[in-house]
Amino acid sequence: MDYWIVGLLMDSHLTINPFIHQSIHPSIHYPKQMMLNFKTTEDTVNREVVILGVGMTRGGEHWGKSLRQLFVEAALAAIDDAGVDRIGSMYIGCMSSGLFNGQEHIASLMADYLGQKHVPATRVESACASGGAALRMGFMEVLSGLNEVVLVGGVEKMTDVSTDGATYALSTAADQTYESFYGVTFPGLYAMIARAHMHRYGTTRKQLAEVAVKNHLHGSMNPFAQYRQKITVDEVIHSTAVADPLNILDCSPITDGASAVILCSREIAKKFANGNPSLREKPLVKITGSGQATDTIALHSRQDITELRAVAEAAQQAYKMAGKKPGDIHLAEVHDCFTIAEICVLEALGVAEKGQGGKAAESGYTALGGRMPVNTSGGLKAKGHPVGATGVAQAVEIVHQLRGEAGDRQVKNARVGLTQNMGGTGGSCVVHIMEAL
Amino acid sequence: MITPAEYVREIPAHHRLEAGRCKKCRKIYYPARQVCPECQAREFEPLSLPREGKIVTFTVIRVAPSQFSDQAPYAMGIVEVQPGVRLLTQVVDCDLDKIEIGMPVSLEFRKIQEDGEKGVLAYGVKAVPR
Amino acid sequence: MIGIVGYGAHVPRRRIKVEEISKVWGTDADSYKSGLVLEEKSVPSSDEDTISISVEAARNALKRAGIDPQKIGAIYVGSESHPYAVKPSGTVVADAIGATPEVHCADFEFACKAGSEAMFVTMALVKSGWMEYALAIGADTSQGKPGDALEYTASAGGAAFIMGGKNVLAEIEHTYSFMTDTPDFWRREYQFYPEHAGRFTGEPAYFKHVLGAANGIMERAGMKPQDFTFAVFHQPNGKFPLRAGKMLGFSRSQMETGLLCPIIGNTYSGSSPLGLTAILDIAKPGDRILMVSYGSGSGSDGFIWKVTERIREAQDRAPKTREMIAKGKIQVDYGTYAKYRGKIKTG
Ligand SMILES: [Zn+2]
Repeated sequence: MDYWIVGLLMDSHLTINPFIHQSIHPSIHYPKQMMLNFKTTEDTVNREVVILGVGMTRGGEHWGKSLRQLFVEAALAAIDDAGVDRIGSMYIGCMSSGLFNGQEHIASLMADYLGQKHVPATRVESACASGGAALRMGFMEVLSGLNEVVLVGGVEKMTDVSTDGATYALSTAADQTYESFYGVTFPGLYAMIARAHMHRYGTTRKQLAEVAVKNHLHGSMNPFAQYRQKITVDEVIHSTAVADPLNILDCSPITDGASAVILCSREIAKKFANGNPSLREKPLVKITGSGQATDTIALHSRQDITELRAVAEAAQQAYKMAGKKPGDIHLAEVHDCFTIAEICVLEALGVAEKGQGGKAAESGYTALGGRMPVNTSGGLKAKGHPVGATGVAQAVEIVHQLRGEAGDRQVKNARVGLTQNMGGTGGSCVVHIMEAL
Repeated sequence: MITPAEYVREIPAHHRLEAGRCKKCRKIYYPARQVCPECQAREFEPLSLPREGKIVTFTVIRVAPSQFSDQAPYAMGIVEVQPGVRLLTQVVDCDLDKIEIGMPVSLEFRKIQEDGEKGVLAYGVKAVPR
Repeated sequence: MIGIVGYGAHVPRRRIKVEEISKVWGTDADSYKSGLVLEEKSVPSSDEDTISISVEAARNALKRAGIDPQKIGAIYVGSESHPYAVKPSGTVVADAIGATPEVHCADFEFACKAGSEAMFVTMALVKSGWMEYALAIGADTSQGKPGDALEYTASAGGAAFIMGGKNVLAEIEHTYSFMTDTPDFWRREYQFYPEHAGRFTGEPAYFKHVLGAANGIMERAGMKPQDFTFAVFHQPNGKFPLRAGKMLGFSRSQMETGLLCPIIGNTYSGSSPLGLTAILDIAKPGDRILMVSYGSGSGSDGFIWKVTERIREAQDRAPKTREMIAKGKIQVDYGTYAKYRGKIKTG
């Protein structure tokens, strides 16, 4: 095409598009106080938020189920579990339906297919922490009193694209311009964290493997897990290399899945639970702490490659709100997208000393029957990692545990649970603390 | 994939390693930023990063994204060019088994990506053993 | 005084040995090695092309020149393997070294003579007073058809020269060009590999033009081979330049320093320019250098350089060519080489 024709088209485009000439909105200046910590009012302090119902699909390759079908299946399970008859609003965690399914605007789509005419519905995205971030949004909405019953869901349908397509979609959680541009993958970024951790603290290849072995053992007891086979340290160490020192069995899989919880105020919860025979005998599960934080999106921008600052920050907020210390937590569902992630997360949560996270799985401390079981669901590694759904699925597991419904993998006398969900290499993190009432 | 507009925007960072130094607290950011996270200052002076550094951590990518699969396996590392100033890039022209933390490297101008057979060629720097 | 104020080289680290290519095509490696006077050739990795080689060579030239890149008025990249069919290589180099936007760029092409062409034009521009400095680059990642005799030699590398009117490290004393219309080697539009006219590339092509230019420039200058410390000729293989030099009356010792083909192959547009960098690396003030390029199609550019005092301070400011060639070599097998050079069909 000749240049003058291109120029002509561009000119006419400019003249027919009035928005092009509009100026950017004037910059907004917030008063100083608003930048400081948000102070909760008397009213919100007195309101208590309960997870009344939970539901999820099994993680896996759901060739026969679409994005909306997966979501509706999990949402209906949560609605039925709670026994609620109405929903005030919805939050849906989803990382990348646009790249995985070519579908955006899914909050409306899901409300529509869930048969919830005209309810406010919002999609929440924070990469792999989308589900956790959605949970926090729902928590805040119930806490604010704006709505009394809120459905929080998460969904990801990852197998409709090739493995390469999925790798690309996931890589968009890294800094596209200064990380992905050079050919790094997520396993590669976590592998660099692992290498640094091994170099500085003497963490071993075996210790990494122990995380996967433990989580597969836990997953073998979870009917909703994608992988229910046990694996050995040897199998992990000799599995296909993905990004040295991480092998395929150090990595969470590509998963289709959805999960949902129903949040409501304690007053409403009591009313519904009394009318619901399956809930009447079980403790209500209350969210007592919520924290969220961010860190540099690019791994190389962090002074300490092995330290997950967003996790530590979010955890501090949640501990403070709940009035708990790491030692008060009975069990945790943490973001083990790669084996090294669980190790670094335990350190950031204060469960393990800095640099000592590798010993947690190896010593049995974090195994079922240990001092503090971690990822009794099987974690992302065995239960599966439908990215946007993961943060909500963690809450589902904690609720099952605190209600005493976890079957073979039940943690005895579990009263306080923690969920930790993070995006990218820890550029975002959401932590929740839940307690049985 | 990199679009022509993005290519041009990133020439200072990718082709010339231009960084920004906070005029208030002197901290150097690569790439250059608009706000200093340390002191909230908004004025920076441009500077070019040195082309020598050392490996902070590294990995060998064996399962690569499709536009890099012809190069796999390849090493990637975080390179520190000045105290606290780091960038991520590939580590090339060396034995993959011989890379180690602390290894001195130089940064060389290389082709990073091709947008298929027909699109623009994207350039940047890669680390090579010094 | 017009001449070179900074020079720099860049040669990829990968090598493939003649034996490795012979093994695949069933040829006698020893006869190729002695026939071509060549042991191995440089191979660009999949992330190296004429542009990346040019940028690295240009940076080395800048280190030696020690000038502000903003003062460079023109950048010409001579190559037969520009990565784009349409879109200049020179602008990438210009922006990468910080010479934009007040700079004139063009890509040159004349088979293996494109680099010396750029040197010729940049010197003229500086001499005319139109600009203070000008950058000339000859670089290639040339390809030979698999199994063809060219495959043993076609290699990768480049050299860059910043021309200026002050602080020159080698002054240009004479230039002379010699060309005729001689189709001995060519590549048609849309063809991946070049064609050549076999033995016709020798006497009526290479030797006619190299000898023509060398004799012409020495006659104009009133000089004889004995007046030169060094001589460097285009090196399609290791044998041709030695034979041409001998026919002209040069000794092996005058030619050895600049003869890089035996260890890196034919870097096409980078060939005699790279040889010149290797000479400048060890040259002393007062040394006189004869350089004669050759490009198929066909023609030769001749240059007579006289090394100045400034050479002493410039030599160590950037990597020396022979040290660069020797350092960190990586031997590749034919399969790897074929993959890097896009010789394996994947679609
Ligand atoms: Zn600052």
